[in-house]
Amino acid sequence: MRPFELKKRHSGLKEKVIRFLLVSAAVVSILTTFGVLFSILFEAIEFFQMRSFWYFITGTEWSPGVADSKFGALPIFSGTFVITIIAMSVALPVGLGSAIFLSEYASPFMRDHLKPLLEILAGIPTVVYGFFAAITVAPAIVHFFGLFGIHASFNSALASGVVMGIMIIPVISSLSDDVIRAVPDSQRKASLALGMTTSETIKSIVIPSALPGIISATLLGLSKALGETMIVVMAAGLRPNLSWNALEDMTTVTVRIVDALVGDHEFNSPDTLSAFALGLILFIVTLVLNVISLSLIRKFKEKYKINTL
Amino acid sequence: MKKNLKTKVSVKDLNLYYGDNQALHGITMDIYENQITALIGPSGCGKSTFLRCLNRMNDLINSVRIEGNIIIDKKNIYDRDVDEVAVRKRVGMVFQQPNPFPKSIYDNVAYAPLKHGIVKKGPACDELVEKSLIQAGLWNEVKDKLSEPGTSLSGGQQQRLCIARTIAVQPDVILMDEPTSALDPISTEKIEALMLELKKDYTIIIVTHNMQQAGRVADMTAFFHMGDLIEYDDTETIFINPTLKKTEDYITGRYG
Amino acid sequence: MNTSKNNTAQADKGGKQSARNHPFYDPTLKSRHVRSKLFKLFTFLSITFAISFLLFFLGDMIIKGLPAFKQTYIEVDVTYNDKTIKSTRRAIDKKYRKVVSRAWLRNIPRLVKQNPALMGTTQPTWVLANSQVDQYLKGHHYKLKDKYRKLIDTMNQDGKVEMRFNKIFFTHGDSKIPENSGFKSAIVGSVLTLIVTMVVAFPLGVMTAVYLEEFADDNRWTQLIEVNINNLAAIPSILFGLLGLAVFINLFGMPRSSPLVGGLTLALMTLPIIIVSSRAALRSVPDSIRQAGYGLGLTRVQVVQDHVLPLAFPGIMTGSIIGLAQAMGETAPLIIIGMIAFIPDAPGSIFEAATVMPAQIFTWAGMPERAYIERTAAGIMVLISILITLNALAIYLRKKFEVKW
Repeated sequence: MRPFELKKRHSGLKEKVIRFLLVSAAVVSILTTFGVLFSILFEAIEFFQMRSFWYFITGTEWSPGVADSKFGALPIFSGTFVITIIAMSVALPVGLGSAIFLSEYASPFMRDHLKPLLEILAGIPTVVYGFFAAITVAPAIVHFFGLFGIHASFNSALASGVVMGIMIIPVISSLSDDVIRAVPDSQRKASLALGMTTSETIKSIVIPSALPGIISATLLGLSKALGETMIVVMAAGLRPNLSWNALEDMTTVTVRIVDALVGDHEFNSPDTLSAFALGLILFIVTLVLNVISLSLIRKFKEKYKINTL
Repeated sequence: MKKNLKTKVSVKDLNLYYGDNQALHGITMDIYENQITALIGPSGCGKSTFLRCLNRMNDLINSVRIEGNIIIDKKNIYDRDVDEVAVRKRVGMVFQQPNPFPKSIYDNVAYAPLKHGIVKKGPACDELVEKSLIQAGLWNEVKDKLSEPGTSLSGGQQQRLCIARTIAVQPDVILMDEPTSALDPISTEKIEALMLELKKDYTIIIVTHNMQQAGRVADMTAFFHMGDLIEYDDTETIFINPTLKKTEDYITGRYG
Repeated sequence: MNTSKNNTAQADKGGKQSARNHPFYDPTLKSRHVRSKLFKLFTFLSITFAISFLLFFLGDMIIKGLPAFKQTYIEVDVTYNDKTIKSTRRAIDKKYRKVVSRAWLRNIPRLVKQNPALMGTTQPTWVLANSQVDQYLKGHHYKLKDKYRKLIDTMNQDGKVEMRFNKIFFTHGDSKIPENSGFKSAIVGSVLTLIVTMVVAFPLGVMTAVYLEEFADDNRWTQLIEVNINNLAAIPSILFGLLGLAVFINLFGMPRSSPLVGGLTLALMTLPIIIVSSRAALRSVPDSIRQAGYGLGLTRVQVVQDHVLPLAFPGIMTGSIIGLAQAMGETAPLIIIGMIAFIPDAPGSIFEAATVMPAQIFTWAGMPERAYIERTAAGIMVLISILITLNALAIYLRKKFEVKW
């Protein structure tokens, strides 16, 4: 009996140690999210103790680094908004169109070969997109509008918006493709048997059924666009510009965060801390988008009882 | 066979192949107007495949090749100038699993007629929806909740909604692929009663596994085996006095 | 059917009479089919747009980057003596000084040391050309006076100009002299940073996944972790940079710009990817394996360690490689923690200032000289090749060990 007992006690201890390690690992994973939140939150609070929160949200002048510095982020938000809208108006139709083609029209052979190509698009580092936007797309836009005598900036919102849109295509197409394929085939058959054409079936039956998933994908893409940094740092401007003209240069939240933190500033100055205030806004907005997106996709899964998405 | 009846669907030498496998061998049969024709036979005998030929649903499968003619109202539906979408409009189909769209009850019925341009949105559409639901025997149960999702109904109600949806397009022929196999006995009974009602206006072709069901509702019965049409006659004849030994064996439950 | 009467009746409507003569003719269908085809065309054009962009983009990078793998060398007389060792500029005839790379001249003392016989002689030597010469010969925009252009043209005719493989790109770090700048310190920096990342993220991620899949009960606590992980995956990467700056550098006082801080920051970003893919891999191991283990009287830890983990391992590896590839391409958070410093020499440890491949690309992209643009594109080619290789490896692993239960 004895050796058995010994062994049992030994494995019991080992078991406990391993369990403890596993729990600690899980705890670290949780702490990370809170770490991100609190590290940003504390510095942001410090900023708002120095500067007015209200002016930050509604003010229209952003002028750090000068004696009478002002931190009104409205033109930064508007620039972010314009570039995001441009990006989404490229990514949504193309991403959704691609997803529909892959899931409804493409033969298995085409699908097997086209999908990995789209995934390559998702794997390209954003710094590469940024280089492409700055070196190839932005001059092309200036040149193109120049033909019509329209002036466009070399840091136009259009250039970074379009390239950002291309970057987001796979985000939207991949998730949409999954949800569209998850719509039961019986729905399509029922519609076709009523004498509907393929496109009528897709538009009236398949897409509405997959809509929660598609919206979820869109929100995810939106959150990616808002948080995208390298493309705008390289191709968009630095100038806070409250304008709707996509051919002008504009700046974004992420660009100003980078600008505030690169270079030798004193850490506790409002110039540096303003980056954390902007970061806090970005964190909250993307978190809300993500939470909505996740709850939509969960509802979709429950509806069709899928566990694999 | 029956001189007083009008032929609605005439199938001639129908062969069907899945790739290299032949699934239907030279089927020839006439299906009569305003009758219920039951297709029976063991699993995999080709009766469902045959049913799907009648509204060209098999066209959706790439590997399927079809030879022969199916003539409905004097026109071969496999002719080159016939659009399979138009065929499906005139030959409706009800599936084994109730599959209402994830839309409201009203929209489930109104969807196809609106797309086909049979009616426009408004009172005419409301009327058609009501008429179809009444015909499907569902109106009294759903008239107060037309805007609720079709999927909120019970299984039997869902299947009747699918029937309402099919007749709203005003087809000539309704195909039913084991429409009650997923339902409880009470719902089954309702659907069977409904079929007897509907045959006044439509030609109904039903695939069934349930011999009693065929006996209860069908006027004509066709027995399929291994992709062949073995015997096709009055339901009574098939059940009481079949010509062939094979049919008798199946009917009496010796295999299948 | 086709009586002449019928034909005339339909003729005035135009179109194919015979087609309209049967019960299955539906006049609304023609336009509906057109719309159906247009819709299909739209979806086809969408994917064509996405794919052709990819091809255009990759092609653009290759066209811009390929020339960087060749570099111009010219043959000039070099004088080796005491004077020229001290003031290397003088080693070369005045005429050629503007076309020779300043960086190459620094080699003269080393050359003499290696080969003392050179001392006091003047030898025709192949010398790295100035980047403007290089750009001129590659047909790009250049800033070169006419005088020197003619000089290069004559030298070219005399066979004194050569394009050689650009070894410098792989053996040197960054430099303010374009023709002398290379990708090496960025590659080394990336390797060091990613080692830190994987050493931290891999065990943490796998252990979290094992805990969640194999040990935790499905309660509010696990759901909280689950929601957390999903949210972590969607936090914009730049915010991890803010965390790195505020926590690792300011709070813990770790060295700025170091692979240590960069690696830790990227580890937090990679964590959710590894957790999610490891969980999927663990979930795909059928319960019968676990039941069999318990049936033999093994403890839960033993079952997981000896039976479940080995089976899930290929899946875990696949996910980790994909996570690694993503971390390798990440730039924004590293900029925030200062990994865009000018690093001429490869870092020797994880505590020294370093840069990584994407950050080097970013730095070069911002340089005014044309010569850096082709180096940027060349850097991109190197980076993307590595990323594609990693992803291909992940796909290969997945295919090779794919088991259908």
